[in-house]
Amino acid sequence: MDAKTGLFYVFSAVILFAAFRVITARNPVHAALFLVLAFFQAAAIWMLLKAEFLAITLVLVYVGAVMVLFLFVVMMLDINLDSMRKGFWKHFPLAGAIGAIIALEMSYVLMGGFREPPKAVSAPGLGELANQVSNTKELGKLLYSDYIYPLEIAAVILLVAIIAAIALTLRERKDSKRINPADQVRVKARDRVRLVKMNSVTVSPSPTPISITEKNNQ
Amino acid sequence: MMLTLGHFLSLGAMIFALSVIGIFLNRKNLIVLLMAIELMLLAVNMNFVAFSYYLNDMAGQVFVFFILTVAAAESAIGLAILVLLFRNKSSINVEDLNTLQG
Repeated sequence: MDAKTGLFYVFSAVILFAAFRVITARNPVHAALFLVLAFFQAAAIWMLLKAEFLAITLVLVYVGAVMVLFLFVVMMLDINLDSMRKGFWKHFPLAGAIGAIIALEMSYVLMGGFREPPKAVSAPGLGELANQVSNTKELGKLLYSDYIYPLEIAAVILLVAIIAAIALTLRERKDSKRINPADQVRVKARDRVRLVKMNSVTVSPSPTPISITEKNNQ
Repeated sequence: MMLTLGHFLSLGAMIFALSVIGIFLNRKNLIVLLMAIELMLLAVNMNFVAFSYYLNDMAGQVFVFFILTVAAAESAIGLAILVLLFRNKSSINVEDLNTLQG
């Protein structure tokens, strides 16, 4: 058993413990933090598999962006933890049965099919080349040549996600004094100024201040 | 003892089964449900990376890259919907989401 195998078992044990705590943690903040731990361990396992770029991307994108988003949302919501835990173990028999079935089926297939070392390792392929140059460079070459069209679509998906997330959560303030420029452009003088017909008022000629005061006195 | 492809695939299967159990258990907490979905995606990505390494094919890692992109978009929109839901119903219980009568 070499060092790599030992590291794999350590990382696997921690990732399984973290995943178990994610689904059973009482506090959603703890669940999010255990999910961060699980992502870190997964990044370490991907390092063992010589996928450095993806491991770093996992830490940057997931731990740095998505999990922070999760934490913000958890802290923004005011949820009652006690009512949420009510009936938590009610579904456990069904859940345990389905989980056991999935695990047994998958392990049967996987242990039957993938126990022996794969033959493609011995054949010189792209991986041999990837061992000499950096994984990031190989991935970049593929992404910007063969997969350029899917890359563009992924960029569009991210743009759609930005706009959708902002449009969903945007809330207008009631006391805002903002004006709509379209309404400003479309305004007409007729709507703004109203001309009213009325009789002219004639001012009496040269009423002196003294006479006014006299009139008031009378 | 050498690490085989079976080891990594079994790890992925175990994480996947755990997150399925989590989806069944956390019926009242939509946030943890979203986290379980993220764990599922992680398990699938683990399988992709393992196959990519053992079959010497970079296409698997390219696919993981795209899955990461889509998963980030999915969680952003999902959390936005969650915030909107909490604002309107003051609850994130899945059983309260019955307005569509589906």
